[in-house]
Amino acid sequence: MPVFEYAPAPESRAVVDIAPSYGLFIDGEFREAGDGKFFKTLSPSSEEVLSEVAQANAEDVDRAVKAARKAFESWSALPGAERAKYLFRIARIIQERSRELAVLESLDNGKPIRESRDADLPLVAAHFFYYAGWADKLAYAGYGADPKPLGVAGQVIPWNFPLLMLAWKIAPALATGNTVVLKPAETTPLSALFFADICRRAGLPKGVVNIVTGDGSTGAELVAHPGIDKVAFTGSTEVGKAIARTVAGTKKKVTLELGGKAANIVFDDAPIDQAVEGIISGIFFNQGHVCCAGSRLLVQESVQDELLDALKRRMRTLRVGDPLDKNTDIGAINSAEQLARIRELADAGEAEGAERWAPECELPSSGYWFAPTLFTGVTQAHRIAREEIFGPVLSVLTFRTPDEAVAKANNTPYGLSAGIWTEKGSRILSMASKLRAGVIWSNTFNKFDPASPFGGYKESGYGREGGRHGLEAYLNV
Amino acid sequence: MPTTVPAYGKEAAERLASMADVTATDSALRRFLHGLPGVDAVGLQARAATLGTRSIKTTAKAYAIDLAISMIDLTTLEGADTPGKVRALCAKGINPDPTDRTVPEVAAICVYGDMVATAKEALRGSGLQVAAVATAFPSGRAALPVKLADTRDAVAAGADEIDMVIDRGAFLSGRYLEVFEEIRHVKEACVRPDGSAAHLKVIFETGELQTYDNVRRASWLAMLAGADFIKTSTGKVSVNATPPVTLVLLEAVRDFRAATGVQVGVKPAGGIRTSKDAIKYLVMVNETLGEEWLTADWFRFGASSLLNDLLMQRQKLSTGRYSGPDYVTVD
Repeated sequence: MPVFEYAPAPESRAVVDIAPSYGLFIDGEFREAGDGKFFKTLSPSSEEVLSEVAQANAEDVDRAVKAARKAFESWSALPGAERAKYLFRIARIIQERSRELAVLESLDNGKPIRESRDADLPLVAAHFFYYAGWADKLAYAGYGADPKPLGVAGQVIPWNFPLLMLAWKIAPALATGNTVVLKPAETTPLSALFFADICRRAGLPKGVVNIVTGDGSTGAELVAHPGIDKVAFTGSTEVGKAIARTVAGTKKKVTLELGGKAANIVFDDAPIDQAVEGIISGIFFNQGHVCCAGSRLLVQESVQDELLDALKRRMRTLRVGDPLDKNTDIGAINSAEQLARIRELADAGEAEGAERWAPECELPSSGYWFAPTLFTGVTQAHRIAREEIFGPVLSVLTFRTPDEAVAKANNTPYGLSAGIWTEKGSRILSMASKLRAGVIWSNTFNKFDPASPFGGYKESGYGREGGRHGLEAYLNV
Repeated sequence: MPTTVPAYGKEAAERLASMADVTATDSALRRFLHGLPGVDAVGLQARAATLGTRSIKTTAKAYAIDLAISMIDLTTLEGADTPGKVRALCAKGINPDPTDRTVPEVAAICVYGDMVATAKEALRGSGLQVAAVATAFPSGRAALPVKLADTRDAVAAGADEIDMVIDRGAFLSGRYLEVFEEIRHVKEACVRPDGSAAHLKVIFETGELQTYDNVRRASWLAMLAGADFIKTSTGKVSVNATPPVTLVLLEAVRDFRAATGVQVGVKPAGGIRTSKDAIKYLVMVNETLGEEWLTADWFRFGASSLLNDLLMQRQKLSTGRYSGPDYVTVD
């Protein structure tokens, strides 16, 4: 037993009151699904059932789209400054309820409270504040003197950052005068339903925001619905491709934010200790359930041993366990399905000859868990170097020259993000200009800001979210 | 990795001799120090801040508070110091809380050289060390013979530990070998007639070195010159110990041990006043270096008012209530 053993420091669950069941949020009211079906949402850290949530069918989706259409007329006619008031109000309520929402998010998603408290929730509020500021300044955004909204946006979001992805979708849509129907992920619907309550408390006009819960079929109904003008999707490349096929040939505008297999490139002159921290947060932040995760470490051969020693030493200090414990660094894998996928790919890595390493760590007996894992001796030919694992698994590859680093980094169907670690400024600039990725971090990783656009190249999707660029996706330009 | 030896032993001197090529000339030393990995300030500060969010409660807090008390170099470094003041501080160091004898004693009493004999006398029979600041503390602006005389005087008076300051002017103008040689001379001056030696802590005054790169270079320079402890600050300038600066020191002693096998201690000093702060430092030691450094032999706090806050928190833990400043002693 270590000398300095941290006693459990659990955040209180009492701050959040989860109802035994939730309906759909349509036209400003919660209502049951048309055919009365429910599905359960679990806490992935304990497999405890948190609540039952309505399964929306085609009729429910239709009802939600119609409510959004009706609300669009008056919402889009409001002066920008009036829409901004609602968004500012929502942002403030989120801040006021941030502790409650952070606990809820950690319960439903499995992410550590340290992250939901210090990353997710502050970013959610910041996103609403940021786009509230744009609402009355659209004439100055560079899209013409009086850019118009598109209409009704159908939005489908993933389970990795449930509330943050909701904010990325809803804040710019509302600021530009659109109304929305949003479908949260099947495994993490609760924070969206709490958000529905926040909309009511903010006095948001009925029908401007509608939340329909359900599985993939609900999402498919929403995307295919003829009454929507815009599809915004964040999730897997596979589903993204299906959506692109669905909307092809229709009037619908689409933005897709899909998978990634980011290269985190460490040169021999990098600030080693900070690079190690960046690698850790790049791949283990949110259990690696991050589309822009730095899942491929490209390290210059001349510092490989030193860096890997430091990385392993650091990985031994990661604390895996109860997401609500304030000292937890890595929480639970979001679902049994995702855990199975991570296991399958990790096993494939071993079978294909890469060397697997994980620090000793005791995993809880119930719930879905995967120890932080490192693969060395990985080559471009391995599955774990090519496929998105979406879990706490890092593949380590090496390079000898900057050109080789660029070639290997770009040699992927994806292109969402990349990281560069070097103390040499000119090298940062030259690398950044050659890497084909939507977001490039230098001497940091996984840093987000509402003012900074985010989006991919190639199979990582198209369109940008965040910043001034994020307005374009919701304007008729 | 080479086997570990303490910085104050004879074996450490042999290990350092094996690094002699690095310190042979000014240019060799400069090349070595400038070849150390850089420090990214933003990343360093973010790491220190994240470690600062650890939540240390109940049993862990009780452990940390007692550990912190046992690591304090209880300090008085005022022009107004008198033998009476020093004796009072010594009594406090031996029995920090007069109402609770389970409180551990502090690690050392830190005074100016002329107070060493008084402190030594007052601490007789206890396990406390006497630390003396020397080498024209705090500015270090004196000729080398004066600094050495200052050191020898304190050692002769019975100091167990010497806290020296480096010549920041020489360091900032790039005269690294001069700083190196000075530390070596002071280390020699710490040797007693019987061959034993006072332990040497080397103060960088990180608030004056300004950059984290400088702090890392100063750390390596001091360790190569034989420092037993490296210490952030004098407490006499506006910026003293901070978590990021201390983290650089911790990383340096970790890397130095990995390279040479020589284990060196760390002492943040100045500005650490609350239990909450002290616990953050202990978390940093725990997660950067591990338990091998979690003793008063390898980690110290240079502080004066910190002790009373730790005592009040300790009382709160045992009684469930906050007492107040009248239930700890003023010195």
